[in-house]
Amino acid sequence: MTTVTQKAEALSSKSSSIPSTRKLQRALFVVAVTYLVLIIGQPAGLDLVRIGQDVRAHPSAIVQQLIIGLANGGIIAMTALGYTLVYGIIELVNFAHGDVFMLGGFVSILTLSIFSRTGVNGGLTAPLWAAIFGFLPAMLFCGLLNAGIERMAYRPLRTAPKLVALISAIGMSFILQNLGLQIGAFGKLAEVSPVFKWLAVLGGNNAAPKSFPAVLGNNNLLEYIIPGATVRITFADVLVIVTAIVLMALLNWFVMSTRLGKAMRATAQNRDAAAIVGINVNQMIGLTFFIGGALAGAAGMMFGLYNGTVVFTLGFTAGLRSFTAAVLGGIGNIRGAALGGVLIGLLAAFSDQYLAVRWTNAWVFLILVLVLLFRPTGLLGQETGDKA
Amino acid sequence: MLQVKDVHTYYGNIHALKGISLNVNQGEVVTLIGSNGAGKTTTLRTIQGLLRPRTGSITLNGEELTQVPAHLITTKGLSQSPEGRLIFTRMTVLENLEMGAFARSDKDGIQRDLERVFTTFPRLKERVKQRAGTLSGGEQQMLAMGRALMSNPKVLLLDEPSMGLAPILVEQIFDIIRELNQQGTTILLVEQNAQAALQVAHRAYVLETGKITISGDAKELLEDPRVIEAYLGL
Repeated sequence: MTTVTQKAEALSSKSSSIPSTRKLQRALFVVAVTYLVLIIGQPAGLDLVRIGQDVRAHPSAIVQQLIIGLANGGIIAMTALGYTLVYGIIELVNFAHGDVFMLGGFVSILTLSIFSRTGVNGGLTAPLWAAIFGFLPAMLFCGLLNAGIERMAYRPLRTAPKLVALISAIGMSFILQNLGLQIGAFGKLAEVSPVFKWLAVLGGNNAAPKSFPAVLGNNNLLEYIIPGATVRITFADVLVIVTAIVLMALLNWFVMSTRLGKAMRATAQNRDAAAIVGINVNQMIGLTFFIGGALAGAAGMMFGLYNGTVVFTLGFTAGLRSFTAAVLGGIGNIRGAALGGVLIGLLAAFSDQYLAVRWTNAWVFLILVLVLLFRPTGLLGQETGDKA
Repeated sequence: MLQVKDVHTYYGNIHALKGISLNVNQGEVVTLIGSNGAGKTTTLRTIQGLLRPRTGSITLNGEELTQVPAHLITTKGLSQSPEGRLIFTRMTVLENLEMGAFARSDKDGIQRDLERVFTTFPRLKERVKQRAGTLSGGEQQMLAMGRALMSNPKVLLLDEPSMGLAPILVEQIFDIIRELNQQGTTILLVEQNAQAALQVAHRAYVLETGKITISGDAKELLEDPRVIEAYLGL
């Protein structure tokens, strides 16, 4: 009898001491981070005097970076949506998602090059309609690819421990990355036959970054309205931001208002209950992967149009950034992914301008660590499974 | 109407149902009672296609169901309010009910059944726009039953509708079960609350560790010394 009570006491004292040690750990962590930021902050660009002078010298740069941040944020948000949709429905971090995004860029580059001509400066130029319709093949390819990945690599592991599917996802990521590397090799075919001339866009070196054909021109649209404007808004800015808004609005409408979208949400909330009311659970999971992939394909196209190049390793860094955005907004939460994407985009743009370009990723991942430590449910709250 | 014959279900190597046979006739309330872990929920999940029996047959009006995919069982005329209710907590009450009719396409019929659910459960009508997760336990149970009714099932399966509810609400839920049956719904009711279940049912089966040990007229089982001792605790 005494041993039982002793045990119970030991247990209760243990459980009450856990939160306080955790608090202490967190406090120490904050101290450590502050210390690190102060020590390495200077080389990492955290020089408040210089930033102040910079802001005073070029006030319009703030607006400029705001636009760049919004455009890149839109691209990050579109990719983050794929992570969040998939996590919401099967609680898997689809590590291959960033590589699907990368392949979306490659498909776009090929579609554009088919319709391109050699321009005055020797580079390729594609007509505007190709840039707009080029979204469709990229979205279709990446959607089907992502749904295929689910079918082959994740569905057979549905009842296995979660870690198994996660390893499968990492393996898939490597496969896709190497696929990207191999696609690069097709550039050599252009010398073999004129039929493959359009593949010349891939160049002779597999691993080298691939340049997008020029499409959108570099005119400052703002100058048509305000002559002599110092802030530049190009067609690429407008196209990327508008496409991101339109696609996200479409997604929101689909998920909230259509019968299939509601069935998708129902499946994410409770798979058994969904099956009971007659929803084909496998079909809904496949559909979720298709939509996530299609958004990543569109994002790949947008990334190429906006930044000019894609490279086969893009999936890893861009993927991690988008994953951070999804976690920041609250993984599983669709609006959270959109918000997180925009915030990360803005953070990156302002870090590029005022801190230091090569430290931008470090700041982004610092945010990932801080969110996971202090607010693991993200800004707008996590939405996965059923917690009723 | 619903016939379950010699069904054996396994969880991996665990033999959960060891030859269950039962039948439910049109217009009846049949109850399956038994203690925790006896296999009551396993039986309902097997009937619904969420678990596959290793051997045995399940038929509804003569049609074999054991090979039908889980999501098509509803279209055959079975629907259930599952254990733990499993409502879609982040959707509104109305969306939950809409999902209940997911497999149907007859708009008029759906509208009629929606009206019927609102007449049976006026509380749900007051809360159509509310998120289901914010409902009280009793309301969530009503929603789970309403959602099951939205598929207009030939047999309604109810898994522990009284679980976790205050006594006054339990009484209310059993009144509704009786009312639904009087309107013509055939019901297979799984319950731990044997007393209440036997009072509302026509016939009953007693399940013990995966086997049916006693069966018969519900009123007779209420008097059966074996049932009284083990389940009614009198």
